Amino acid sequence: MDVSRLKSIDATSWTLPLREGESRGEVRLFADAALLAAMDDKVIEQITNVARLPGLVGAAMAMPDAHWGYGFPIGGVAAFDPDQGGIISAGGVGFDISCGIRCLRTDLTADDIQAHARGLADSLFGSIPAGVGEEGSIKLTPGQLDEVLTGGAQWAVRKGYGAEEDLEYIEERGCMSGAVPAGVSELAKKRQRGEMGTLGSGNHYLEVQTVERICDEQAARAFGLAQGQVIVSIHCGSRGLGHQVGTDYMVSLAKAATRLGLDLPDRELACAPINSAEGQAYLGAMNAAINVALANRQILTHLARRVLGHFFPEARIETLFDVSHNTCKPEWHEFGGRRRLLYVHRKGATRAFGPGHPGLPERYRAAGQPVIIGGSMGTGSYVLAGTRESENRAFSSASHGAGRAMSRSQALRQWRGREVIDVLAARGILIRTKSMRGAAEEAPGAYKDVDAVAEATERAGLARRVAFLVPRVCVKG
Amino acid sequence: MEAADVYFEHDADIGVIGRGNTVEEAFVGAARAMFAIQTDLDSVQSIEGIEIDFEEGDLELALVRWLNALLGASRERAMALCEFGLARKGSHWLGWARGERWRAGLARGTEVKGATLTMLSVLHGAACWEARCVVDV
Repeated sequence: MDVSRLKSIDATSWTLPLREGESRGEVRLFADAALLAAMDDKVIEQITNVARLPGLVGAAMAMPDAHWGYGFPIGGVAAFDPDQGGIISAGGVGFDISCGIRCLRTDLTADDIQAHARGLADSLFGSIPAGVGEEGSIKLTPGQLDEVLTGGAQWAVRKGYGAEEDLEYIEERGCMSGAVPAGVSELAKKRQRGEMGTLGSGNHYLEVQTVERICDEQAARAFGLAQGQVIVSIHCGSRGLGHQVGTDYMVSLAKAATRLGLDLPDRELACAPINSAEGQAYLGAMNAAINVALANRQILTHLARRVLGHFFPEARIETLFDVSHNTCKPEWHEFGGRRRLLYVHRKGATRAFGPGHPGLPERYRAAGQPVIIGGSMGTGSYVLAGTRESENRAFSSASHGAGRAMSRSQALRQWRGREVIDVLAARGILIRTKSMRGAAEEAPGAYKDVDAVAEATERAGLARRVAFLVPRVCVKG
Repeated sequence: MEAADVYFEHDADIGVIGRGNTVEEAFVGAARAMFAIQTDLDSVQSIEGIEIDFEEGDLELALVRWLNALLGASRERAMALCEFGLARKGSHWLGWARGERWRAGLARGTEVKGATLTMLSVLHGAACWEARCVVDV
C-alpha cells in the first residue's frame, strides 16, 4: 500500500486526510507500519468508499488483518445510524453470513492426545463432512428448517446437539432475534437441505490445538485456559443458505440503491437504508442466516465431541466462546456524548466487548469478551480479550484472522498440496483434506504473520492477547 | 483443467474470465472457469441436466445472475457441472448445464460461495467479448 497519503495518529492508527473538496466520513486504519505497507492498495480504496456511504457514524475502519474484499475490505468495520439515513450493505456482511469461530476448551493435555493423534485426525475427518460436494446426515423438512432460521443454536441444543451450557457462551445466546424466514428464498432453503452440520471449504477448518503460550494469566484463568491444554476450534459459517441469501440480496440491493437514488461510489457496495423496505428485508433474511451459522457450528461441536468422547470418554469439552465475524448487528454504543442504536457491519472482523459489558456471560464479565484470531494451519491462532478502549476506538471490534498475504492463484503457483501436507506432518501437524488444491491455497506461507496481526491488534487497543494456540490436527474442506 | 488465463488475481478470492465471440459464449466461458475451481471438469460425466431461466437487462448483472443461478442449482441438486450453454433474447436468458451428482471419484477443489459484483465487467475487446468477475470462495 502507498502509505504516503496516510497520516499517522500513533504507531498503530492511521487516517486518510480529506482532499480539497472531498466529502466523506473519516477513514481509520489500525495496523503497524509493516502490516500497512504490505496491505493491498485496494484496502484503502474500499474503506474510503465505505466512508462515503450515508449515515456513517464515526470512521470507516480497517482492522490490522485487512485485505481486499468485495465492497467492504475484509477486516472492515462501519457503523450506521438508521435515524440518519444509515444503510445496511450485503457487501458489508459477505456471502458467508455469520462465518465465525467456535472454540471449545477441554481438560485434555498435549500429552493425552499425543498417542492418539493419527486416530483422532482420521476419525474427525471421517465424521465431519468437509469440502465441496459433501453433505451432512441431517436432512431437514421445510418446517424444521424454518425452526433453525428462528432458533439458531438453541434449536440445535433442543434437538440434542449439545448442552444448554453451550448457549451461555455463544453470541446472542445462540439465537439472533429478528429473523424472518419468509425473507429467505426457496432456493436458499433448498440449498441448505443437505448442508446442516458441514464445514465447507476454503479457509474453513476444524482444528485440534494446544495452548502453546499464555500471555495474560488473569484473563486465561477466566477463560479456563492453561498451557498445554487441548482446544478445538471450528471455523465455518451459514453454508449454502447464507451464500444464497447473500446472492439474492446482493443484486436486489444494488438495484434498490439505484432506485432509491443512493449515490454509491461502487456498485459492489450494494445497500439500502436500514429503515427502507429493502433494508429491512435483507436484515430479516440475514438474521435468519446468522441462526443457520450458529446452529451449524453447534452441530459440528456435537460431532467433534462425539469423536473426542470415543478416544477420551471422561473428557470435559466445554464451549469457550462462539464469535461471528461476518455480520451486521444492531448495538448500543456511546458516540458523540450519547447512547445510540447503531448497525455495526463487521466484514471479517470480530466483535470485542470490553470488561463489564452487559452482553457478556458472567464468567467473562471482568476479563472481557473472548476474541479469536484464527491463523493458518501451520502457524497458530490467538485467543484475545476485548478491551474497554476498543469501544471508543472501533465500536468494540478487533481482527478476525491472519489475513491473506497472497492470492490463491499465487499460492497455487508456489506450492503443491501434497508437499504442504507432508511438510506440516513432519512438524507434527496432521492435515486431513480431500482437496490438494485447497491445501496449496491455504499454505501457511500464503497468510500474514499472525503474531504481527495479534500484536498490532493489542497495540491498537482493540483487544489484548491472552493465549497462543498451535495446531496439532487440522481438518480442511 | 482450465487455462491459467481464465483467472485473475484477487487477495482473498478468485477472479474468473470468460471469452467468446458472443456475450453468451463469454458467459459460458466464465461458468467453466468458475466450476473448474471446484473440480476437474474433464472428470465430470454429463449425466443430468439443469435449466436456468431469468430476466435481466443489465449485462453485468446478467453475468452475476447466470453464475449464481448455476451455483444455486448445482448446490440444490448436489451436482458437479461440466457443460454449459446459454441463449439470449432481449433481456430474457435461457441457459442449461449438465453434469452429475458428486461422487467419490471426483477431485475436490475449492467450494465457490457466490459470484460478486467485484471487478465485474462485460466488454467487447479488440477480438472478442470478455466477461469477468470475482467469485467468493
